[in-house]
Amino acid sequence: MNKRFNIEKYLFTVPVVIYSLLLILLPLLYVLLISFFKSDSYGGMIYTFTLSNYMEIFNITYIRIFLKSIGIALITTAICLCIAYPFAISLMSKKETTRNLLIKLVMVPFLMNSLIRTYGWIVLLRKNGIINSALVGTGIISSPLSLMYNNIGIIIGMVYTLLPFMILPVYSAVSKVDPNLIEASYDLGASKTKTFTKIYLPLTISGAFNGSLMVFIPAIGYFFITDILGGGKIMIIGNLIKNQFLTARNWPFGAAISIFLILMTLILVSIYKKLGGKMDDLGGM
Amino acid sequence: MNKGKWIKTLTIILTFIFLYAPIIVLVIYSFNKSKMNVIFTGFTFDWYKTLFHNTDLLEAFGNTLIIAGVSTVVSTVIGTISALGLYKYNFPMKKLINGLIYIPIVIPEIVLGISLLSVYTIANLKLGMPSLIISHIAFSIPFVITSVRSTLNLLPKEYEEAAYDLGASRFDVFTKVTLPLIMPGVISGATLALTLSMDDVVISYFTAGPGSNTLPLQIYSIIKTGITPDVNALSTLMLLATVIILTTSALYQSRKIARRGY
Repeated sequence: MNKRFNIEKYLFTVPVVIYSLLLILLPLLYVLLISFFKSDSYGGMIYTFTLSNYMEIFNITYIRIFLKSIGIALITTAICLCIAYPFAISLMSKKETTRNLLIKLVMVPFLMNSLIRTYGWIVLLRKNGIINSALVGTGIISSPLSLMYNNIGIIIGMVYTLLPFMILPVYSAVSKVDPNLIEASYDLGASKTKTFTKIYLPLTISGAFNGSLMVFIPAIGYFFITDILGGGKIMIIGNLIKNQFLTARNWPFGAAISIFLILMTLILVSIYKKLGGKMDDLGGM
Repeated sequence: MNKGKWIKTLTIILTFIFLYAPIIVLVIYSFNKSKMNVIFTGFTFDWYKTLFHNTDLLEAFGNTLIIAGVSTVVSTVIGTISALGLYKYNFPMKKLINGLIYIPIVIPEIVLGISLLSVYTIANLKLGMPSLIISHIAFSIPFVITSVRSTLNLLPKEYEEAAYDLGASRFDVFTKVTLPLIMPGVISGATLALTLSMDDVVISYFTAGPGSNTLPLQIYSIIKTGITPDVNALSTLMLLATVIILTTSALYQSRKIARRGY
């Protein structure tokens, strides 16, 4: 009996141990290791210890890319919050069956390939695209607007791709707010703004931070959106890492930037946990 | 309807317009006579016919289905076993393992992509279908674990105990009591794994090799030169398939609930 118990225990625990050590810990430790190597000019690595890859991050060219990247990610997160909250609060005025259906409908577009959907935005946004044709055709503007191959296009693409990761946790938090509290707030004469900042916001803050994490972090790495909607002119950290690994073949520098991103992620996650967020709630759909 | 309610309905409608605009556009252009996705010149089914001669696209689609199929099955099995193991047993390094499994969920995908690429290089694993499948399994398992764990936390321990008391074997308890109870978590984990795998661009970009193009990678390589409407046609068909699957599963669930009489 005792022996069988042990076999069962091994059966259920060994796979996860092997998996997490071999496919998560080992790759990350190896990236940490090569971030201290030197690169030679042929795309190889020289196995001597150096901190120069980390120093290079502070080069003005790269600092600009970092700031740009963080700026785009912050604006994307802010816009997603500004869409998700009104949407979630508005949804609460509907019946429960309608709400469940509408939340499912939020997910449906995201079952379609993300590149295809990004391409849909090209059709809408380009110079001779649908939005510009409609605006020029109706005489609202005289010449087409530049809606892509610039920051506007990138931010639209990022917001669109990442929005459900904000809507779902925000909606889940908002739906748990006791409606009596909202009613009491209005009865006592509080304005809409005050009800939002004093009741909704404090009660849903961990949901909002969950969504912000799941929007902000990917927005730093999604090189395909800057590639497609930025026309290849605008670089974010994701493009930089991609170039170091595949084009410039300077793996140690690419690895150093990756380690920097991991540290940033860990800091954000620890803030989320301090706010009372649960790890199992992250990334659920 | 009062003013407040109107504004709320309008907010919901505007959000849905934003979410569906690019998709509706793509579906409409899949029936467009013109090759350019610019002016609608007339209705046609031609692109659905040319789709079946576009061997590059079909091969990439086939690869995507193989990778998604294998990685979903493997990651669902390993993820479910792991969630149960982490829930039931204590073992050395459990705390470390419990922390590690969140890493693929929170770190930027690109970091996971380059770190897997790096180990494949030292392990001398040639990039291709095997490396893609391993990578997809690697990023899917944590999502299955958290999904299964959310149902495990709601599972009353008394059910298993009652089954043992009534003389059921360990195997019977697992297959007839535990597994059916955690099934909703397993299914939602599997769905998540499938969706993530079908859609993945970033990790596949670093871990694919010659001859292992996936649909997202194939689309990525042609997107800048302009996509022909047969790609729209394929996406429309895929969208139709997912909508059918979602509707049938929703109907099946509601019928099941109706039968149980809740």
